[in-house]
Amino acid sequence: MKLIFERSVSGRRTFQMPMSSFPRKELPKELARQTPPRLPEMSEVAISRHYTQLAKQAFGVNNGFYPLGSCTMKYNPRINEAVAALTGFTKIHPLQPQETVRGCHEVLDTARELLCEITGMDDMTFQPAAGAHGEFAGLLLIKKYHESRGDTKRTRVLVPDSAHGTNPASASMVGYTVTHIPSDSEGCVDLEALRSALDDTVAGLMLTNPNTVGIFDRNILEITRLVHDAGGLNYYDGANLNAIMGWVRPGDMGFDVIHLNLHKTFSTPHGGGGPGSGPVGCKNILKEFLPASYMGERIKKGEKPRSFGQVRSFYGNFLVVVRALTYILTLGKEGLPQASGMAVLNANYMMSKLKHAYPLAYDRICMHEFVLTLEKIKKETGVSALDVAKCLLDHGIHPPTMYFPLVVNEALMVEPTETENRETLDAAVEAFLKIKRQIEDNPQSLRGYPVTTPISRPDEVNAARNPVVRYDFSQA
Amino acid sequence: MNIPKNLRYAASHEWVLEKNGEVIIGITDFAQKELGDLVFINLPNVDDELVKDEAFADVESVKAVSDIISPVNGVISQVNEALLDAPELINEDAYSAWIVKAKSVSGLDNLMSAEQYEELISKEA
Amino acid sequence: MGSYLPSTPSEQQEMLEAIGLGHLRDLYTPDVPASVLLEDSVNIPSGLPEMSVRARMEKMASKNTVFGTVLRGAGSYNHHIPAIVNTVTSREEFLTTYTPYQPEISQGVLQSIFEYQTMMAELTGLDVSNASVYDGASAAAEAVMMTQTRSRSRVYVASTAHPDVIRTIKTYCWGRGVPFCEIHQNDGLLDLDALRDLPKDTACVYVQQPNFYGLFEQAEGIAELTHEAGAKAVMGFYPISLGICKSPGEMGFDIAVGEGQPLGLPMSWGGPYLGIMTARKELMRMLPGRIVGETKDSKGRRAYVLTLQAREQHIRREKASSNICTNQALCAMTAAVYLAAMGPDGLAEVAQLCYEGAHYFSEELGKLKGFGRVHKAEFFNEFMTYCPMDVRLFELEMARRGILCGLAVDDKLLWCVTEKVDKQEIDDVIAIIKEVCGQ
Repeated sequence: MKLIFERSVSGRRTFQMPMSSFPRKELPKELARQTPPRLPEMSEVAISRHYTQLAKQAFGVNNGFYPLGSCTMKYNPRINEAVAALTGFTKIHPLQPQETVRGCHEVLDTARELLCEITGMDDMTFQPAAGAHGEFAGLLLIKKYHESRGDTKRTRVLVPDSAHGTNPASASMVGYTVTHIPSDSEGCVDLEALRSALDDTVAGLMLTNPNTVGIFDRNILEITRLVHDAGGLNYYDGANLNAIMGWVRPGDMGFDVIHLNLHKTFSTPHGGGGPGSGPVGCKNILKEFLPASYMGERIKKGEKPRSFGQVRSFYGNFLVVVRALTYILTLGKEGLPQASGMAVLNANYMMSKLKHAYPLAYDRICMHEFVLTLEKIKKETGVSALDVAKCLLDHGIHPPTMYFPLVVNEALMVEPTETENRETLDAAVEAFLKIKRQIEDNPQSLRGYPVTTPISRPDEVNAARNPVVRYDFSQA
Repeated sequence: MNIPKNLRYAASHEWVLEKNGEVIIGITDFAQKELGDLVFINLPNVDDELVKDEAFADVESVKAVSDIISPVNGVISQVNEALLDAPELINEDAYSAWIVKAKSVSGLDNLMSAEQYEELISKEA
Repeated sequence: MGSYLPSTPSEQQEMLEAIGLGHLRDLYTPDVPASVLLEDSVNIPSGLPEMSVRARMEKMASKNTVFGTVLRGAGSYNHHIPAIVNTVTSREEFLTTYTPYQPEISQGVLQSIFEYQTMMAELTGLDVSNASVYDGASAAAEAVMMTQTRSRSRVYVASTAHPDVIRTIKTYCWGRGVPFCEIHQNDGLLDLDALRDLPKDTACVYVQQPNFYGLFEQAEGIAELTHEAGAKAVMGFYPISLGICKSPGEMGFDIAVGEGQPLGLPMSWGGPYLGIMTARKELMRMLPGRIVGETKDSKGRRAYVLTLQAREQHIRREKASSNICTNQALCAMTAAVYLAAMGPDGLAEVAQLCYEGAHYFSEELGKLKGFGRVHKAEFFNEFMTYCPMDVRLFELEMARRGILCGLAVDDKLLWCVTEKVDKQEIDDVIAIIKEVCGQ
């Protein structure tokens, strides 16, 4: 595929602007740009065709099954897009007078009310733009809380070794040192290790439940109680909420602050890597510290004095919240547990059909995702999780998440979600089983996949050693 | 497995050569095999302190990053800047691609011999 | 109730029986403590079918005022969006795809990011770009974190930057325990004397160009003084201005960050926006977030991959310099399509229209009583004036007439003119202002 710069021809253009109606005024020479930017020069038809070609080499939820563990690739409803495109939402300046944005406030207030009820929290901010951003904000809430009580000894955060990389990274951004808590043989938090790690230097624990291996930790109430007894707070990573929404609330499990991934649980589209939204909910003890936009507060006359500050401009990814609200209103009281229950059922259904061919990391009932391990298969045949994943590409299925969580070797994490029908699940199982037969008959043949895709096994070593991260115009 | 007899070894897979009052430190052939193709190395600075059993540098492969643990106490006198442009030198010859040289060294006593290191990695494999 | 579940109740029952269970609840009872397993879902209203949901949301949208004339900026700008932009970005393949971790089936997405990275480097006159971060304010905060070294941590931030940006940087600095200082201003511009003799632990100086008041700072001088102190120069830029204005690269800056909303994203009451980050080659490995690189595949074909991943959280974990995972990929694509539709000439035309329109408006306002400019320095498309009446009342009266006037900053007004406002419209606005103020 040609790069857009390789399609550019000098002098080609579209016509967006009228001639200036103003008296001519030149920018002073010392302020003017010397070298114009080498942006593409193209007609509109060429732009349209270029992106049409690119779209052919992208795989969306509309293309096929997408069982990426921990990402919750559920269907993104079209009504969400239609609503998010209403000019009454898009053409609104963030600093308009309050009386002219009653609709925007209603969106956030309604979303806040519903999500607090769904999660068992007392208040919520929509400012963070993604899950990791929410983790950052949530940990800042915890930091501010301890600081406000003069409790400066608390410099550590506990994180299970099975946690997503954003958890320890977020803790570091907030100046905490991370103590890893090992998982027990069931994949859950080792209670003894937790007990010995707890003292008055612990600010809090970051946890997700169900955890990253797809298991609901049945000791959850004990875990959160232990942390509270030691004077710490409990942070809930909401990435796996799709397993339990409508059945269990993080607030009831002993969590004080949570973040949500609207682009996972609440059906807003992933966009190739964003925009997402990572709202942070909290209990009453933390609500006064919630972040606030300085400019936003100014037009409301009065800054939030105890807020810890802010993590970005304005109020958050508003149009993403609009989509999530549309979804929640659609599903409602009965729809939420139906969706999460079905997500868990689909996962267990697939797992039951694969467990005889691929060893499970944990052979027991799972939540919305389960983990296969290719460790034994690799030892015996040399075929790795990567090989199986690449082979699935030729079957038209997006591979599961590879090599995560780190506590399982040669992991493949499968999350079907609730918006897949049985035929799709059966076809995927068939593909996995076909690959298994191939591993048994001819393991060597698994090394070269995929073969039907436009490219195969790119050289990532060279890409990292000699990074080329932009087009070189001199080669034109 | 390449394990030169004239070197001493740490359990975290670094090698040490004593030469003219200084020590030269690198990572072993076993380590570079485990890490895979190296793409980048984060080197310390000259005059930085080395603390035994603490990380002083790290190496990146495409999908992982690994700390390099100091086998001794000391002060860094030289760093091998050639590795910044070509970290793959470590993959090619782990024993000639030294990482740092150090002076004022202590803590050499409980480093392993080549035989002891060979035994260690045969257990790990 | 609305639902997206393909499975019918009988299919659900069959699947449950296939794994030896009777009800969905049986999936939860083994592990979830009875005291927290909800009996009857959460206490929210029942779901709605599509027609009802649409009506409900449309009603909410109708409670917002869409202004016909927008003369306010201050971090969010009413620019023209070419129609092709939304056509491309609403394609389901781009909208619903995940982060391109499997390069073999996502060359389209990866290439589009590579193209975006190139365009941002070109726009800012620097060498490398990342795949985007959340917005201009968090980009500024990430940029100052990039400049942290073992011996230099102190951050100097222009007091003439956008208040939300200043406060975001301050929050990030508080989080990491990084010393934060604000640089004084005189008459709306940074006091250059404040930058002479910066302490030895200074990591960087952050300046916004044009600044919050719309004024051009003495950016080149600031970059020089910063370098003399051994620190890094970070510029916050306004992407439309770079159609005709000197770029951060040309002015000697090391890192450039900006709010990309003006490049094809609607104002959307504050988000989603786009954080642009570019830097000199030497700083490439310090950039947070995703970066796409070019390589070859096993058959020698050109291929794109996410590269330099060992910087990122999923590998470095607590040693990562940033925790960012999901970024603003679709917004970055939006910016790329916008710039392709505009081309260098189109972007220059937009910038020129903004510049000329703002200066014409400023002159016309100056002819009225009490609307003189507050500052003297040269500006791009935003400027501050006094107001002869109470600013709140003025704003209300203008709003009643369908005009979103300049932002009230204390008792003054911060105006903005974009290419969407032509001479006729400005003349009409002037007439209305005269009427509102009884002139």
